[in-house]
Amino acid sequence: MHRRTSFVMVAATFLAACGSTGGTAASPSATPLSGTISVFAAASLTDSFKALGTAFQAAHSGATVQFNFAGTPTLVTQIEQGAQADVLASADTTNMDKLKGDGFTVGTPQVFAHNQLQIVVAPGNPKGITGLADLAKPGVIYISEAATVPAGKYSLQALAKASVTVTPKSLETDVKSVVSKIELGEADAGIVYTTDVKAAGSKVHGVAVPDAYNVVATYPLVAVKGTKNADLANAFIAFVLSSAGQSTLESFGFLHA
Amino acid sequence: MRRQSVPIVVIALATIGVAFFVLPLLGLVLRAPWGNAARSLSEPETLEALKLSLVASLSATGIALVLGVPMAWIYARLEFPGRAVLRALTTLPMVLPPVVGGIALLLAFGRRGLLGSWLDTTFGITLPFTTAGVIMAETFVAMPFLILTVEAGLRSMDRRYEEAARTLGASRWRVFAQVTLPLIGPSLFAGAVLCWARALGEFGATITFAGNFPGITQTMPLAVYLLLETNPEASFVLSLVLLLISLLVLIGLRHRWLGTA
Amino acid sequence: MSLEAAIRLSLGVLDLDMELTIGEGEVVALLGPNGAGKTTLLRAMAGLVGLEAGHVRLDGQVLEDVATGHYVPTERRPVGVVFQDYLLFPHLSVVDNVAFGIRSRGAGRRAAREKAVRWLDRVGLGSYASAKPAELSGGQRQRVALARALAPDPRLLLLDEPLAALDVTTRAEVRRDLKDHLATFPGLRLVVTHDPLEAATLADRLVVMENGRLVQTGTVAEVTARPRSQYVADLVGVNLLKGRADHGFVRMPDGPVVAAAGAESGEVFAVIHPRAVAVHRQRPEGSPRNVWPGRASGIELIGDRVRVRIDSEVRVVAEVTPAALKELDLDEGGEVWISFKATDVGVYPA
Repeated sequence: MHRRTSFVMVAATFLAACGSTGGTAASPSATPLSGTISVFAAASLTDSFKALGTAFQAAHSGATVQFNFAGTPTLVTQIEQGAQADVLASADTTNMDKLKGDGFTVGTPQVFAHNQLQIVVAPGNPKGITGLADLAKPGVIYISEAATVPAGKYSLQALAKASVTVTPKSLETDVKSVVSKIELGEADAGIVYTTDVKAAGSKVHGVAVPDAYNVVATYPLVAVKGTKNADLANAFIAFVLSSAGQSTLESFGFLHA
Repeated sequence: MRRQSVPIVVIALATIGVAFFVLPLLGLVLRAPWGNAARSLSEPETLEALKLSLVASLSATGIALVLGVPMAWIYARLEFPGRAVLRALTTLPMVLPPVVGGIALLLAFGRRGLLGSWLDTTFGITLPFTTAGVIMAETFVAMPFLILTVEAGLRSMDRRYEEAARTLGASRWRVFAQVTLPLIGPSLFAGAVLCWARALGEFGATITFAGNFPGITQTMPLAVYLLLETNPEASFVLSLVLLLISLLVLIGLRHRWLGTA
Repeated sequence: MSLEAAIRLSLGVLDLDMELTIGEGEVVALLGPNGAGKTTLLRAMAGLVGLEAGHVRLDGQVLEDVATGHYVPTERRPVGVVFQDYLLFPHLSVVDNVAFGIRSRGAGRRAAREKAVRWLDRVGLGSYASAKPAELSGGQRQRVALARALAPDPRLLLLDEPLAALDVTTRAEVRRDLKDHLATFPGLRLVVTHDPLEAATLADRLVVMENGRLVQTGTVAEVTARPRSQYVADLVGVNLLKGRADHGFVRMPDGPVVAAAGAESGEVFAVIHPRAVAVHRQRPEGSPRNVWPGRASGIELIGDRVRVRIDSEVRVVAEVTPAALKELDLDEGGEVWISFKATDVGVYPA
């Protein structure tokens, strides 16, 4: 299994930490994998993980992968309140640390992707947004994710870096809600991940956030304690980290782990 | 002995049913951090959500009364083709999933909506992300409760009192205000309270149409939902507050269900 | 001052076609069996039911005229109604009930209240002003309903079975009071009732209706002396026959001929009082010209009399004493002979 190093410091730190421990090498087992696992994944992973699930199920005919997509804090709360999950794919390390610190994880979380922020606007960019500063223009309805959602937290960081002060009109529960309100035309601009803009295709338009202000999101995933099918869970995690999994994520716009 | 014993099957099934309802409520009561309750309730965001919820739900109830009573009157008293269809359409929000209601509101009153786009281009008024939007969402889902209750009251009242009033020279308005309304008083009250309780608890349509921002659109249910992620214990306390309000409503109305005065 | 109405309308199974006049100074009772259309007629005059043809004119003012399309709505007709169930507004106090009509016609709150209190005093309920209707007895409620209807000074007072909801003892007392109040009311008065005693006590003139049609009208004495329908005959308690008079005989459509005194001719009614019908076990001898065999189909003890229904060529009811019945040794189904004198048969034109 190959690992590609990322040139961003945050990722490098984690690389060092994650290294080669944890369920990476899945040696071919004697018995074929089967059963069902429940994967809780951040909203921004919706399209990519569905594709990964399909590919995984194709490779293992006896296996079924079910997904639950939501804002990362929501998923953590659900797991801690007793929801049955086998794998958690988080949109940041803070939420993952919380889950681990509360004792709900098995093994060491591993980074499988990175993401960056992008401003999302309506097709054709009718309000002429060119950068973060334009979000504060009068007449622009800007919405954000709630601060507990990783994307929301990162948006605040990016705006702080660019010294832009703007009050969002709404704090949505996940990135997909922000994108759909832009698609519907209810809001003019929001900050989401580049992968979300790509996933929405021609229904939205993306405006780049300069690297100087941008924030890199780190996505770790881990097996959840109390999983009923540890083998299958670990196999899925290995698949996401494999070159096949990584190229799938790349095709959706994620940056490599 | 005169008393007849209740079949064991009935008792068993009823016990299961009761447990189904009582256990979640019991869980909430027992797990709520009563010690921190006072502190949680006095947090500024909590108080803001509470105030907004009260203002919005009472406004929604007021609008429901003004618009809903005439509608109930038309459904109960007037015969015209298509009445059944119209009635079904206007009580649809009662069975519609609230989020669907929110989407429907966006398509009508959102910035690109049927009416909303005209409001935006002509007056620069946008309804999503405003408190007015919250009130609209709550009115949309809660008004049918008032309409149905008042309609039932109007149908079941003795209309001969209205005739008697007319023979005494009362104009149509006087008949309505001084005879009809007092006679359907209990239904009116029950309908308004049901409407208010529903408006207070509304979540799906609100978050979809009006969005979520403290002080402007973040009502209690939305606050509870978000608090669940950051401070579950505080969300338990708020949930308990909403639960107690609902319980008081139901107990208060126990004799006045749906128009039987 | 008068009411003049021609009312034609259909409501459900009822087909109403009546003409009615009420003159100044007379209390008219509209009498008829249940389903005759009396209440519908009353409601039509109040404007609560629309006419299909005809008109209603009160003191020369047209309240409704189908031909011209003129229609004065109920609330603008100077008509007061006392309903069978009184329909006192349960949420208002007694005095507010009585004041309702005065207020509706524009009076201020205080003036209306004062007038209402005066009316309550007139009906003897002054001390019940602030009570609610539910706290009053049936007789008291009836008086409040009357006061409420009279307080706005209507020109026409309509009473729909005013005593029907009362028990027998209260009814007698209230009937007396009602008669007094009606006597002092200056406007036109119409009482709808199915109770002949009520009609006889309260009214100067009877209007009898059946199945939506006028059957007969006249003073109480005229109607009871000369009933023109089985219904009235039953009310009065006499036997009524109909036929063609011919030189001292009345020939009935299905055959029997009754000997009758009087020189009438043409279509006639023949009235025989049950007391005048004698019942025998054997064919009687003697002067009675009307003798028939028959069978006793019903025997009923009423007070200190016995009424025997007899099926014969002429179906009549005979009235005898209990002692006489015993002597006859008569049971239901028993064979009898009836007889009555020609002079006991009252005949008048149909």
